[in-house]
Amino acid sequence: MNVFKNYFKSLFLLELFRGLSVTGRYLFRKKFTIMYPEEKAPVSPRFRGLHALRRYPNGEERCIACKLCEATCPALAITIEAEPREDGSRRTTRYDIDLFKCIYCGYCQEACPVDAIVETRIYEYHFENRGENIMTKEKLLAVGDKCEAQLAADIDAQAKVR
Amino acid sequence: MTLEKLIFYVLAAVVLAAAVMVVTRRNPVHSALFLILAFFASSGIWLLAEAEFLAIVLVLVYVGAVMVLFLFVLMMLDIDIAVLRAGFIKMLPLGIVMAIAMAAELILIVGPDNFGLEKYAAPARHAADYSNTEELGSVLYTVYMYPFEIAAVILLVAIIAAIGLTMRRRTDTKFIDPSKQVVIKKGDDRIRMVSMDAEKG
Amino acid sequence: MEFLISLWEALPYELQYLIWTMIKIVAIVLPMMLLVAYYTYAERKIIGYMQVRVGPNRVGPKGWLQPIADALKLMFKEIIIPANANKLLFLMAPAITLAPALAAWAVFPFDEKLVFADINAGLLYILALTSVGVYGVIIGGWASNSKYAFLGTMRSAAQIVAYEIAMGFALVGVLVAAGSLNLGEIIRAQEGGLFSWFWLPLLPLFAVYVISGVAETNRAPFDVAEGESEIVAGFHVEYSGMAFAVYFLAEYANMILISALTAVMFFGGWLSPFQGWPVLGPLFDWVPGFFWLVIKTGFFMFLFLWLRATFPRYRYDQIMRLGWKVFIPITIVWIAVVGLAVVYQVPWWFD
Repeated sequence: MNVFKNYFKSLFLLELFRGLSVTGRYLFRKKFTIMYPEEKAPVSPRFRGLHALRRYPNGEERCIACKLCEATCPALAITIEAEPREDGSRRTTRYDIDLFKCIYCGYCQEACPVDAIVETRIYEYHFENRGENIMTKEKLLAVGDKCEAQLAADIDAQAKVR
Repeated sequence: MTLEKLIFYVLAAVVLAAAVMVVTRRNPVHSALFLILAFFASSGIWLLAEAEFLAIVLVLVYVGAVMVLFLFVLMMLDIDIAVLRAGFIKMLPLGIVMAIAMAAELILIVGPDNFGLEKYAAPARHAADYSNTEELGSVLYTVYMYPFEIAAVILLVAIIAAIGLTMRRRTDTKFIDPSKQVVIKKGDDRIRMVSMDAEKG
Repeated sequence: MEFLISLWEALPYELQYLIWTMIKIVAIVLPMMLLVAYYTYAERKIIGYMQVRVGPNRVGPKGWLQPIADALKLMFKEIIIPANANKLLFLMAPAITLAPALAAWAVFPFDEKLVFADINAGLLYILALTSVGVYGVIIGGWASNSKYAFLGTMRSAAQIVAYEIAMGFALVGVLVAAGSLNLGEIIRAQEGGLFSWFWLPLLPLFAVYVISGVAETNRAPFDVAEGESEIVAGFHVEYSGMAFAVYFLAEYANMILISALTAVMFFGGWLSPFQGWPVLGPLFDWVPGFFWLVIKTGFFMFLFLWLRATFPRYRYDQIMRLGWKVFIPITIVWIAVVGLAVVYQVPWWFD
């Protein structure tokens, strides 16, 4: 009897028609597509986008050249050189991130004791020339200055869980 | 020269050229492709002779099926052309004699003495709605009923024999019958719990 | 205008005939190309909708110019000919696939009187042409001098030969029922409304024909010849630019052809579905036959896309099993049934 039922089922393509009815119904479903340049998906405060170097409110740069980020970077994307400044404090003279090597894991941000290196919510950027993929200290600080308000808010939002 | 004659000569030239290429090409795949061209051109000639059914069936059966299988095999063969050409010069005299004999026979038999217009009058032209297929069918299934059926049976026997001779059932394959595969349901059909000796110790 | 007419009449008859024929061919082929272009657009849109997304919508309003952008892109791309490939065959192959797909329309009845060449053996002609289409795939794959292309070719050749038999047998059933090889006659044999069309008495053959048609055009779920996931793109991996575009055109032109043929063989071509019905029949009398044909063809074209969006690809051995062990026996049995029905005039369909 079961054999007969199976024959009947496969001969009359019953299961195939059920499959067709599923896709047929989905044809009229509401679509999930987000019209990207006009609409954007919501971004989490934990989003790991382009990097930035932050400053203290008084304008002093946070980074103390401890090189923890360089040490923890799994992709070896960070290069730091440091020497004492005139006032005797330890500062970086060079802080480069190679964005082609970077895997956006966020370990640098985790490792940083002074919340200097962070990853912003910026995900729309591109390079037109060779060499632009290296984020120098100046560029990183500029990005940090631009989104300081957002960065501070994001770090506060996560303060409880970190 | 009328248009029909012109078309006939063009097609005939194509058939001959293609046939020559079939035997002279080094690459067997090229030969097969030229054979296809020859089939096409001869089907064109048959169309000129008002044999639409035969012309179309020539394309359908020979070009569409037989030559596809032919090419299928030829393309997969690993042919060493040097070996094939090894005995060419040695066999050439014999080959030439054979070819001349064949050509002579063909000319003597198919020549105008036996099949010329004196022996067979040119067939009358038919109207546009004349159905070649119907005519052929009615002859095939009445006058030539027995030869036709016998030919069909012989072909069937040949097919079955060919399959029977070449089919090998391999014992080591883990082939699963798809019809059994598709009726498998969730649960017991899918998974079988096996207790193994190694786990007991 | 006067001048043009007199110029036309001054031409010899043969030349007039030739020009007139050319115009007719262009009138069939041009809309076909346009239809193919927008069929690709429809495919992307419909499959997108079935996958709960919206499909192309950036080029022009609602993406309507997408196929034109695609065509332009392909035209300006380079045709790369692989090393040691057979150049002539490599470039000829796409044309060999496209030509039969377009030539088959010559005998196609668009309406009661609208046939380019009303020949007796129309069905045979179409069968012969569709069987020639394989060569484009075989030659293209072989001439590419590439292993993946060749694997695609092998699969495609075996598959098309297998399904051609089932398809041919299904059409034998149609011609037994209709008693003619002429496509116009086949449609006229189905006269009398929705339920006297051949799909009902020849239901198994109809199913076999549609499914073999999908297999014959190498479309999902029978697209092992392309098999993106295992042999990259099958027989056309090495093709780029316009040569690839011609393969693409041929595939879609073939799909349209199979859809249109299904409409003619099993769904009464230009006939109205309400023909001879008490109230609806006269109500729809004014609708031109071409309109019905377009609707029916459109449905089967949609079915092709629907199938692609629904089913996963068949495994190769299962394709062969379906073709040889399921379809061919079904068609042979049903041909016998149809033959008996016609001889003994069993149901009212076959008169």
